[in-house]
Amino acid sequence: MKTKISVSEKKKEVLENLRNFGARLYGQMEEGAFPWIKMPSRSIQNIFYSPEVRQYILGDKAVRRSSRNIRHIRPFTQLVWAAYFAYELAKNRKTSTLRDVYYSAQAFDVAFKDQPESNSIITDLETVVGFAREDFNVFPEERSAIFGDLTIEYTVRGYEGRQYNLMSHPDGVMIGPAITSAEFVKTSTDMVIAIEKGGLFTRFIEEEVHKKFNALLVLLGGQAPRASRHFIYRLNKELELPVHIFTDGDPWGMHIAMVIISGSANAAHLRDLTTPDARWSGVWATDIVDYRLPSDELTPVDIKRLYELQKDPRYKGDLWQKEIKKFLKIRKKAEQEAFSRYGLTYIVDKYLPEKLKEVA
Amino acid sequence: MVTFEEISPADFFYRNRDIAGFTNPVRAIFSALRELVENALDATDLSGVPSEVYIRLSHDNDTELGDDVYRLRIGDNGCGIPARHIPSAFGQVLFGSKYKLKQARGTFGLGGTMAILYGQITTHKPVNIVSSTGTSRIYKYALMIDIQRNRPLILDRTIQINKEQWHGTFIEFSLEGDYSRAMPKILEYLKQTALVTPYANITFVDPKGRLYKFTRVTTKTPPPPKETLPHPYGVDVETMQRLQRITDCQTMPDFMQKHFHRVGETISLSFLDFAGFIRTSDPKNLKGEDISRLVKAIKKNKKKGKNGFSHNLSVKEMQHFIRNTQSGNLVDFMKTHFKGVEKSVILRLLHAAGFIRTKAPRKLRSDEIVKLVRMMKKFDGFLPPDASCLSPLGEDLLKVGILKELKPEYIVVSQRKPSTYSGHPFIVETAIAYGGDIPAKDDILIYRFANRIPLLYDEASDICVKVIRSMNWRRYKVSPSMPIVILVHICSTKVPYKTVGKEFIADRPEVKKEVLNGLREVARQLQHFLTKKEYVARERRRLDVFSKYLPKIAKFSTNLAGKEKEPNIKVLLRSARKFED
Ligand SMILES: Nc1ncnc2c1ncn2[C@@H]1O[C@H](COP(=O)(O)OP(=O)(O)OP(=O)(O)O)[C@@H](O)[C@H]1O
Ligand SMILES: [Mg+2]
Repeated sequence: MKTKISVSEKKKEVLENLRNFGARLYGQMEEGAFPWIKMPSRSIQNIFYSPEVRQYILGDKAVRRSSRNIRHIRPFTQLVWAAYFAYELAKNRKTSTLRDVYYSAQAFDVAFKDQPESNSIITDLETVVGFAREDFNVFPEERSAIFGDLTIEYTVRGYEGRQYNLMSHPDGVMIGPAITSAEFVKTSTDMVIAIEKGGLFTRFIEEEVHKKFNALLVLLGGQAPRASRHFIYRLNKELELPVHIFTDGDPWGMHIAMVIISGSANAAHLRDLTTPDARWSGVWATDIVDYRLPSDELTPVDIKRLYELQKDPRYKGDLWQKEIKKFLKIRKKAEQEAFSRYGLTYIVDKYLPEKLKEVA
Repeated sequence: MVTFEEISPADFFYRNRDIAGFTNPVRAIFSALRELVENALDATDLSGVPSEVYIRLSHDNDTELGDDVYRLRIGDNGCGIPARHIPSAFGQVLFGSKYKLKQARGTFGLGGTMAILYGQITTHKPVNIVSSTGTSRIYKYALMIDIQRNRPLILDRTIQINKEQWHGTFIEFSLEGDYSRAMPKILEYLKQTALVTPYANITFVDPKGRLYKFTRVTTKTPPPPKETLPHPYGVDVETMQRLQRITDCQTMPDFMQKHFHRVGETISLSFLDFAGFIRTSDPKNLKGEDISRLVKAIKKNKKKGKNGFSHNLSVKEMQHFIRNTQSGNLVDFMKTHFKGVEKSVILRLLHAAGFIRTKAPRKLRSDEIVKLVRMMKKFDGFLPPDASCLSPLGEDLLKVGILKELKPEYIVVSQRKPSTYSGHPFIVETAIAYGGDIPAKDDILIYRFANRIPLLYDEASDICVKVIRSMNWRRYKVSPSMPIVILVHICSTKVPYKTVGKEFIADRPEVKKEVLNGLREVARQLQHFLTKKEYVARERRRLDVFSKYLPKIAKFSTNLAGKEKEPNIKVLLRSARKFED
């Protein structure tokens, strides 16, 4: 059954949560108390991998932040300010970035020391409010893109009700705030193919992979931004489209896929960013052997990373373990572009069909 | 061929003027001024009226000489100099009135004369002196020094009637120097002198006509020092020989008591016994009358109390004892037969009863003198010297002086109890001043004083500086960038200067220990002050933080909650005071 996640419903909930947060502090002050909050701790000791939820989650440990504590009052004020800032953004349906947040604080005399401090306050706000920052319109700098037959309907100011087909532009469409906050109208596609690198994304469009495989193409651009992860989640949940992820054949590419599938420890306080049923469809270590791809030696850093991943709870699955072992055995890695050795269309004509069949 | 010649003390210091601080034109002008200021202050300390010192330094008008020649004129309202001593006091090196055992700025009989000698060798002009001790006459002298013979040459002498019973001294002479480069040191010297002499008015007019006035803030003066006898620990063979030659004492106990510091009958006897300078008869040789005298003395002693003898002794019994004793002398005899009686009591008894014989001091042979001196150093029964010969500034005056010259935010002063090194008494005074007008430099400022003289040169070699550097100031919450002056004043009948230039103090373990203890004392108090100050500052910062952020929280929450009125946070701000992290 298709789950409809209404974008506007969610927006309302975000505003509501922010308002409640303010009201709670207001009430505390009215009662003559120093305002305080309690929120789940995000310390390493409180982050667990949940096999049921199939992602990292926070444990029961909570932290109490009180404005009565001299060390807490500044970050506490910054948190309240961030809530206020987010509330104004969401209410006025404006968007901003983490960098904006950092600078905007200065106008209110609650300046952050540096960008990481500002980022961490935004993460606090996510934890307190229970929504990802994209939901209160704070977007990351990095953007990925999408191409394919999906019609969406905008909810952003000035475009409300307008529809748009994501195949309209041959370079693909940036997954920015407008797309992220759009409702899905219709699609004829059968699957999502997410690609690590821009070169291959463009090749796929040129080679009409979207037609040949009836697919939506998503460009990840390295480690996927959270907005894209959430977007893939929606494609999978709302449109019930299977998701295939193509990355370079090395531990780093593998992990790009894994973060889309099982999320990261940093986002343990958030939900709806993971797509547990998505598949990592290549390039595998076995592909390097089977397709005799031109390859490079694994570096010591690569190898160290592989050993780390081997022990990571997210990599419990057979496929993962098998591929990690293989990497360690052949001591080789290959980029997606390595297929060009067999001609530019080889990857689309030969590899992709075989691969999709194999995973299906 | 090797030739031999003799030079006079004046000639010696003329050749070696470096050791007295007359190294170059900068040092020379500084040293001349300070030597004369110190003489003036010594003189006014003796006169019993509040000190006035006037200093004028001007360019010498004599165009023959270069423009690096100055005229220095210094006047005081001190005790003056008796007319017959004036020529020698200023025209003869190693002549002075301060060789006595009591604290004074001057010690060597050298400083003032060196200044004049330096003036003479650089300008070849006489020195003019006007002085009166408050009698009906004022004496004026024009002198030069016969350096080769270390004798004053009197060029002119006039006498004036002293209607106003003025007392004091004016000295004026020319000398070569470099004032512009010496100026910072001279001004610093005067400032520190004013600090340590808060009861003096010091006026200085410099060659540019600038007037520097250091005004007294009190008329209280430190208690004047009393002259003292040498302490046995500080006596050497030479001193002993001199004393032994001039004494009119007939017995050694008398000699010890009359010529040495804090030596009474008991101590003199104990020491002389210890040193082997006491002889008593063989008990067997005592005559009948001697025995009854001894028994009487014992009886008399018993009345005096618990240290007396245990039983009432008859002459018969005594005779019995004497017959049977093995002892060859009376002290031993008494010791064996009256167990439990202290030796000092026995000695006193025997002395009082006339049983103790010693050599007449004048008849001591030189090997005996050497032995006496050596035993003095070994004997541990001498009392430590008392401090009446010293004249420390005292905690109150020190505070007043610091306040006047440094205007700090906080002062702590401490005076240590008197102590001694090699038989010389000394007292250490320490102080720390913080903040106020004191500038924050890269390092802590150190003010050193000895016998109320500021010491400005050779800081690195000074014992006080070494002690200060060795201390862990972090422990006392002190960091080098703080506006802090640390002050150490050492006074003694013999300050252990390393040179006759009086610039720094030698390493003496006893002195070092006292300086360290004194500094620890004031440092601890400073630490309390700094801790409290830090607490107050922290508390203020804390409140600032609350008053900055709480209103913001109130405002943002009000906006978020969509309320009209902001919550009242006055109560919260008030209670922020009470909360500790
Ligand atoms: N202004 C003065 N008033 C009274 N007496 C003085 C004055 N200046 C010098 N004298 C006398 O002259 C003597 C010699 O002075 P001088 O400075 O040469 O030696 P000093 O002060 O005894 O020792 P030092 O070499 O340590 O300064 C002094 O001991 C003092 O008796
Ligand atoms: Mg002198």
